[in-house]
Amino acid sequence: MKLRKKYSTQTFSKGGIHPLDYKLSNSKPIEVFRVPDYVQISLSQHIGVAASPTVKVGDYVKVGTCIGESAGFISARVHSSVSGTVEKIEQIIDTSGLYRTAVCIKVTGDEWESHIDTSTHVVTSLEYSALHILEKITDAGVVGMGGATFPLHVKLTPPDTAKPHVLIINAVECEPFLTSDQSLMLAKAEEICVGISLIQKVLDVDAAMVGIEMNKPDAIALFKQVAQQFNSIAIVPLQVKYPQGGEKQLIEALLQKEVPSGQLPISVGAVVVNVATAFSVYEAVQKNKPLIERVVTVTGLEIPNPSNFMVRIGTSIHELFDAVGGIPQNTEKIISGGPMMGKALIHAQMPVAKGTSGVIAVPYELAHRNESSNCIRCARCISVCPMGLQPYLLQVYAEQGLYDALESNYVLDCIECGACSYVCPASRPLLDYIRLGKNKVSHVIRKRKQK
Amino acid sequence: MTILYSILVLSSLGIIAGISLYFVAKKFNVIENPLIDEVEAMLPGANCGGCGYPGCRKFAAVLVDSESLDGLFCSPAGQEQMEKIAEHLGKSVDKKAMQVAVVRCNGTCDVRPITNEYEGITSCAFAAQLYAGETACSFGCLGLGDCEMVCQFDAIHVNVLTGIPEVITDKCTACGACVDACPKFIIELRKTNKKDLKVYVSCVNKDKGVVAKKACEVACIGCGKCVKVCPHTAITLQNALAYIDDEACKLCRKCVDVCPTHAIIETNFPEKKKQETDSELE
Repeated sequence: MKLRKKYSTQTFSKGGIHPLDYKLSNSKPIEVFRVPDYVQISLSQHIGVAASPTVKVGDYVKVGTCIGESAGFISARVHSSVSGTVEKIEQIIDTSGLYRTAVCIKVTGDEWESHIDTSTHVVTSLEYSALHILEKITDAGVVGMGGATFPLHVKLTPPDTAKPHVLIINAVECEPFLTSDQSLMLAKAEEICVGISLIQKVLDVDAAMVGIEMNKPDAIALFKQVAQQFNSIAIVPLQVKYPQGGEKQLIEALLQKEVPSGQLPISVGAVVVNVATAFSVYEAVQKNKPLIERVVTVTGLEIPNPSNFMVRIGTSIHELFDAVGGIPQNTEKIISGGPMMGKALIHAQMPVAKGTSGVIAVPYELAHRNESSNCIRCARCISVCPMGLQPYLLQVYAEQGLYDALESNYVLDCIECGACSYVCPASRPLLDYIRLGKNKVSHVIRKRKQK
Repeated sequence: MTILYSILVLSSLGIIAGISLYFVAKKFNVIENPLIDEVEAMLPGANCGGCGYPGCRKFAAVLVDSESLDGLFCSPAGQEQMEKIAEHLGKSVDKKAMQVAVVRCNGTCDVRPITNEYEGITSCAFAAQLYAGETACSFGCLGLGDCEMVCQFDAIHVNVLTGIPEVITDKCTACGACVDACPKFIIELRKTNKKDLKVYVSCVNKDKGVVAKKACEVACIGCGKCVKVCPHTAITLQNALAYIDDEACKLCRKCVDVCPTHAIIETNFPEKKKQETDSELE
């Protein structure tokens, strides 16, 4: 208790920005979205190898039927979120902007697989062994739900040489507009805490820390109360600063330890898991329910009724907007994810995926970039970079194709938070070039390793 | 008197520096094969990297040092010049067919409707890593001009009206810089004949026919008509995409006539009597 008071305004040390938070839907409880008539479930909703389809056209599937089997070490299972007939298996452009194989299902009724427990009763007993829990997580296809969608079972099996000693739960939600994690925390606090305990058991760690930014006082208060039943979960309020939700920033904010360049959080003994993922773990283990739905914030400055919906994976984003009063007239861009790191969509008929934390309709005035001009050497990008990099320099190197210089200036440490582009008074496309440079440099490194 | 001193001091300084420089130059003299300089002078000096070496000087050194010239070829210099170099070095060089860069996409603005707007930096490499492209065709040309940027010979330009790059065949040296720069692997080096006669499939869309046709009117739909009609078995069909082998093709142009989407293109042929020439590129 004493410790918590002392660090109540703690945050990460380097850089960071304070964008206006626009959490328009933060007082809205989760509404369960209706079962759609037609879903497109992408088989590549996670980082790594796409799942291989296990159903054929014409097959009848129930809610929770496995439709895609994990096809590699870093891969995850995909399940049907509805009951109905598989109409086609085709290539669609998903929220990543690229063509991906998707299973399209015509919905009939809402029949669930018999092993799924659909009751709302909270199961708190931790009767399963660590191995059994991990197996259930793997079977349920749980992936990181903060946006990066890294398969959770891979994250929870660190190499033998590294022993984690603290589990960090990322409940920061530092992106403006998004409130999906917040609404989930308010609705499912106890379930989330059970989920945290389950992950602790898998990792065999005693300590768990939940980092929540101070702009969610209701969630902090509720969690402090609920966590009292779980003696090893500490709730840590954090100062509001973007990008605190980046795992390296969150580790620094909570543990005052810096993850060395090029290494994973496990090198400082931490494993970072998103709060929504913890809820999915609870559902997967205690309720046998695979990851088939998630909370999506549907918002935008001109949306009359911004909401948080519990949506079946594969529902069209257009339907979500219809439920909040349609896409506003002067919408120029629709972003999936947060406004800082999210991606603009090509069209609104795309399906919701495991990593879709929110969809934002951006009006015309805000959708376009300012014209970029010459760098005025103000160094604001350097002062806001949370990784301590020099974005202006990396941008020039990337533009000139100096990949050696990029590598020696740690371009691969960039977390692509976009803080540099956000503050640049000359509106230079800093992140665009750095991302290009990152790609090229990792390509060069891969080639070098092959030799 | 002052002038005299100044002259004395400066000239003695000059003499001392000159003598020391003479000895330094002797001591650190790098003995280099004079042939390298000569060969370098015979190379085009564009430093395009098409040969696989960093710049013309390095390539000249490799030419001089290596036993045989197998696999070493400077396409900007051309066959004739390479033979001259080989003669100069007392070696022999392989015959290599004339090649030219070919843009295998004909999805101009008229035939390939734009489905979304791209607002990032003007670079194909960047757009390609971001998403599938401005049109429904995820294989086609992005039209942002990375090929134009890397071309050292001013031989490829994006046509602002069509949004597709066009190769100026007279200037193209087949160095391959644009082939490497294209993130969609659209540009290919193909054998060319006298008068620049070529027949090729101007599409790289591997989608099924329906999808491809929906995205672009002139896409190869993989119908296989060209494969059947080809008397020289030069055409293969893979992943719903036809490909004409430039070695086997005898330029009979039967495939051009049967292609339902005009995805196969002939260049610089004399006009046929009955056939329209609207499908020609240039």
